[in-house]
Amino acid sequence: MKENTGASTRTPSDKVAFLYDPRIRSILYQLSVLAMVGLLGYYLISNTHANLERQAIATGFGFLQKEAAFEIGESLISYSAADRYARALMVGVLNTLLVSFIGIILTVILGTLIGVARLSANWLVSRMAAVYIEVFQDIPILLQLFFWYAFFYEILPMPRQALSLFTGVFLCNRGLVFAVPEFHPAHIYMAIAFVAGCLSVYFLRRWARKRQADTGMTFPVFSVSVGILILLPLLAWLAGGAPTTMSVPELKGFNFQGGLNVSPEFSALLLGLVFYTAAFVAEVVRAGIQSVSKGQREAAMSIGLRPNRVLQLVILPQALRVIIPPLTSQMLSLTKNSSLAVAIGYPDFVSVAGTAINQTGQAIEGVGMIMLVYLFFSLSTSAFMNWYNKKIAIVER
Amino acid sequence: MEAYVQKKSAEELKPPLTSVGVIGWVRSNLFKGWFSSLLTLIIVYCLWVIVPPLIRWAFIDSLWLSTGAECQQSDGACWSIIPANIRFIAFGFYPYDEQWRPFAAMALLVALLFYSRNRNHWKKSLAYAWILGLFLMGLLMKGGLFGLIPVETTQWGGLPLTLTLSIFGLTAAYPLGIAFALGRRSKMPTIKMLCIVYIELIRGVPLISLLFMSSVVFPLFLPEGVTINKIIRAQVAIILFTAAYIAEVVRGGLQAISRGQYEAADSIGLSYYLTMRLIILPQALKIVIPPSVQQLISAFKDTSLVVIIALFDVLRTTQTVLSDPKWMGFSAEAYIFVALIYFLCCFFMANYSRKLEKELSTEEH
Repeated sequence: MKENTGASTRTPSDKVAFLYDPRIRSILYQLSVLAMVGLLGYYLISNTHANLERQAIATGFGFLQKEAAFEIGESLISYSAADRYARALMVGVLNTLLVSFIGIILTVILGTLIGVARLSANWLVSRMAAVYIEVFQDIPILLQLFFWYAFFYEILPMPRQALSLFTGVFLCNRGLVFAVPEFHPAHIYMAIAFVAGCLSVYFLRRWARKRQADTGMTFPVFSVSVGILILLPLLAWLAGGAPTTMSVPELKGFNFQGGLNVSPEFSALLLGLVFYTAAFVAEVVRAGIQSVSKGQREAAMSIGLRPNRVLQLVILPQALRVIIPPLTSQMLSLTKNSSLAVAIGYPDFVSVAGTAINQTGQAIEGVGMIMLVYLFFSLSTSAFMNWYNKKIAIVER
Repeated sequence: MEAYVQKKSAEELKPPLTSVGVIGWVRSNLFKGWFSSLLTLIIVYCLWVIVPPLIRWAFIDSLWLSTGAECQQSDGACWSIIPANIRFIAFGFYPYDEQWRPFAAMALLVALLFYSRNRNHWKKSLAYAWILGLFLMGLLMKGGLFGLIPVETTQWGGLPLTLTLSIFGLTAAYPLGIAFALGRRSKMPTIKMLCIVYIELIRGVPLISLLFMSSVVFPLFLPEGVTINKIIRAQVAIILFTAAYIAEVVRGGLQAISRGQYEAADSIGLSYYLTMRLIILPQALKIVIPPSVQQLISAFKDTSLVVIIALFDVLRTTQTVLSDPKWMGFSAEAYIFVALIYFLCCFFMANYSRKLEKELSTEEH
């Protein structure tokens, strides 16, 4: 009967009826849109070809194999100006990932604290949180980055008069300098012990779940896990000879020697991103907690659950379902905003690619790579999120 | 039998002093339990440490109308950087003698915005007033008619540039966003596919990559000899970027409309266009007012990113002033001033959206 709509009520040879058939129309619309997009694409591509030939700009990704010939301020992997463009871009990607990774962790912690504070029964605490959220949300991130950058370079003193926050931690216009343990083989054993601890916690949890399902007996998984995670590395440290030597920063000449130095650019970028995004995360967390109705908590209490079990078994699973999707988009926006590093001179991917564009003149490839890298981050995150959402979605009858 | 009935009414007892009034409020809101008390004390201590020196810096020791040299001697804030350079910060490289023109244009804009706040004024005449107003503003800025000296757009800067980028960005992005949202929900596979690709592509990349594209790649797209002004290219990048986000917001509203509404519109024989215009969009757009305002606010803040492609918006003019040796080292004061401008604009937008939401929701009863 599907064929019986539209055109078939009239004679097939009728030209007007042909045009008024919704299916024919839809095909016509689609063809015309496709044709327009195609023509536009052809026009742009042919123009670009002509321009590239006229200005004698090389095309293709051959430049990746050439010598980069520029220095990069900070790098996770060894890099020098003699290395190739490909390696320089790799340094940029790693820097972007580093600042995003640390930023996301700090943002989630700070944002959760402020979101909970916003709901506090204490008037002063909730007001302070509200002021924080309002102020930091309404000021452009770029302006905040400039502000923190100026904070490091103008307001903080020279290394000689560096502010000492705690023993071994200094804040000055060369960034944040702090003491770190000197390298010792025992640290590697500790890392291995930690990984082993994580694995054993995983299996412990599976075993405890199974036992509870079979026999109904519970097992204090959380406290035992914390114990394992602390004890195993500690044992490894003791077994490795308990090294305690620290690399303490010392003032030599105009700058600090030793310790770990976090550059002002990195610090400013991290502070700006964390404070800005945390304001949004706080709102997300607040909305999530408020979305769980009061009756849920009361029902859980009335069947005799302890307060921490109420939180763990009833409130959090429901609140997280509301919180996780917008939280992910905030994390993504933090990653994308980290591209503003180019404005304060931190060598992230956009900044390195920008330098490459300036030196080689291959703008299309450069901008294309920037877009592809961020698209890869976004799409992989959203693929992961879709999987996770499906996993925690409410199972309905 | 005698019935014992209380004839006299019982004496009224006031609640104890400690549970009402100021004391009661303080007890229940600030000192309820040891944890709350501890938090209150910590915050009060922090405020006590931070606020007095801050007030001292910002107001008591501060200089408001001095030269840069005097500022270097003083310990307080140097607000003088703002009045001394206000015309450059506000108008950038716009010819000095003609700066009354962008000022008048901005005043006109503020007046129009202020008048449009009241929903009783939302009539057709207001739309004409806006068209006329925008034309007048363009004329004032650009000149070339009625004896006004022409000013090239390359000389525009400061606040007018920020406002132009935001207002045209927002007004053009909204309809475009609606079109993409409708396209994404279309039943035609090609159109749906194109819209999905566009929206996801744009949302997956940072705005700065689009701005780079507009400043370095776009000139290659044009035929030889044709150039498009840098400001317009940035404007287009902002519009295309914002539209993708608006599209997602609007799509949320469209999904919230029940199937019955579409079917009802079909059953009375409305065409697609009329269904959307009369039935679906009025309801869908009302639902999405709060998230759209959020998008508009973030688009407004994002216009500051044009700094990176060297357009002189208000942030860039401020930085230019800061690079002047006379005024070096007063970044905090200058940035606080710019932050205040952005904060006030965003704050009013958010407040207005809350008000509008309330007004629109009461109408349903």
